[in-house]
Amino acid sequence: MAKLTRDEVLKLAQLARLRLTDAEVDQFTIEIEAILGYVEQLQSVDLDGLEPTYQVTGLTNVMRPDEIIEYGVSPTDLLKNAPATEGNQLKVKRMLT
Amino acid sequence: MSQWQPISQIAQDVQAGRVTAMSLVEQALKTIDTKHEFSAIIIAITDRARERAKEVDERIAKGEKVGPLAGVPCIVKDNFLTFGVETTAASNILKGFNAPYQATVINKLEAAGAIVVAKANLDAFGHGASTEHSDFMITKNPHDQTRVPGGSSGGPAAAVVLDMAPFALGTDTGGSNRQPASYCGCVGYRPTYGLVSRSGVVAMASSADTIGPLTKSVDDLAYVLDVIAGKDPLDSTTIDRDTAGYQLTAGNLHLTSQKIGVIKEYMGEGVDPGVKAAVQSAVSKLQTAGAEVQEISLPSLPLALAAYYVLVPAEISSNLSRYDGQRYGYSDASVSSLDDSYNQTRSQGFGQEAKRRIMIGTYVLSSGYYDAYYKKAQKLRTKLINEFTSAFKQVDFLAGPVAPTTAFKIGEMSSDPLQMFLVDIMTVSAALAGIPAISLPVGSSNNMPVGLQFMGPPRSDRALLALSKTAEEVLA
Repeated sequence: MAKLTRDEVLKLAQLARLRLTDAEVDQFTIEIEAILGYVEQLQSVDLDGLEPTYQVTGLTNVMRPDEIIEYGVSPTDLLKNAPATEGNQLKVKRMLT
Repeated sequence: MSQWQPISQIAQDVQAGRVTAMSLVEQALKTIDTKHEFSAIIIAITDRARERAKEVDERIAKGEKVGPLAGVPCIVKDNFLTFGVETTAASNILKGFNAPYQATVINKLEAAGAIVVAKANLDAFGHGASTEHSDFMITKNPHDQTRVPGGSSGGPAAAVVLDMAPFALGTDTGGSNRQPASYCGCVGYRPTYGLVSRSGVVAMASSADTIGPLTKSVDDLAYVLDVIAGKDPLDSTTIDRDTAGYQLTAGNLHLTSQKIGVIKEYMGEGVDPGVKAAVQSAVSKLQTAGAEVQEISLPSLPLALAAYYVLVPAEISSNLSRYDGQRYGYSDASVSSLDDSYNQTRSQGFGQEAKRRIMIGTYVLSSGYYDAYYKKAQKLRTKLINEFTSAFKQVDFLAGPVAPTTAFKIGEMSSDPLQMFLVDIMTVSAALAGIPAISLPVGSSNNMPVGLQFMGPPRSDRALLALSKTAEEVLA
């Protein structure tokens, strides 16, 4: 693979909502490039004709009746850990600045 | 010498009123306190554990039948949601998080009468092989405090070996129960994927995460597995349990009818000679006891780690996107926009290893790279599964080391992320295939424990445990 650039790392950080310091960008560029270099060996294998495996259970379409089940956890319980709420809603900072 | 009886015995003693649950909880909490220097425990659950012990003792006094784990104390890795104390997954981003519900397995343990007494240390979010990536502290190996206990279930493994409780619960995504069991000298288990519910367990890589016990004996392991295994409506990837259950009767497997395949690719150059010798010695003893032993090759095994470190970071990047500071966990209040909130929260809350894995995952899933990495890794996964299926037509079980070396020194691997990944080289294959695997303590090298790994076909947990118990008896 071509060398991983600082710009690519910055793009990844932006996609993952990680704000990195310059030092971190430099460090991660080196480390991630090394790791990608290692996984590069996947390119050397003949994998033609194989289907990808998405999951290993063999289960499909696990369904249940469309009925309300009480799990004993209320919306109030679930919202207890939120930093800011209003009524039963999560309150967040403005999206458009 | 353990201060704990076999688990089935403890439960019987409590049920019969010969010993109180409260005395067992106090015993556990005292040991946790005395062995504090090993940093195995993030937090002890004192109040709730004592309340539950009181409940169990009151029910028994009234003549009620409690359950198969009546009064048995246990320690759980801090990525299991529990009441009573915070659940942090050893990450700063979850400091202060009090779970609004418990993991299904915790509910099952409690319904059986067990009492959770502490949350054990781990590499944050399960990302690691040593606990050096815990945001809080590094756990010390019980045999040598300059060495790591392994990871990510280093805390639970150390806690069991330090005799803090009769059993611990951990998670194994790519070896996280087996490798610390090998490094610390206890039994560590990875069940068939789907056998134990993941509901209420902090998700790392959803197609590979499993939950398993860590114990001192195979009997204890099987006994605990029997309580926690089975379908859960809250986890649609769970499978049916074996109708015969998982508790073992004494050595109900006869070695003379068993074919064991020693994995050629795991006994090669990269393995420490002392580890290889301990494994070979154990296998020879099994052969003498009647097992048919042969060498077996799975040619795609050398690529398993590469596939794992494409697929798992991809799933991690998805699972960790929920830590956005809006619904729970750490949140930077000083920001003025939602985007800043996301960025600041995640940058400040996540450790380096989490960020690294998130970015690798983001890379391999991004447009232009998805086919080259992620899809290829999924195809390699298929190839590996086919090779395991074929191997299990020739042998009943596979065997080999758990890790290339014994426990390494603190700091030895932590500056090179790729080196740390390579520690997992023998444990990731079971994860990719979804098959059960165990680490059994079988000896030592340079005074540090060595584990023997067995793997079985999917859903062969009952037979795998029977083999392990028989091996344990032969190797005693």
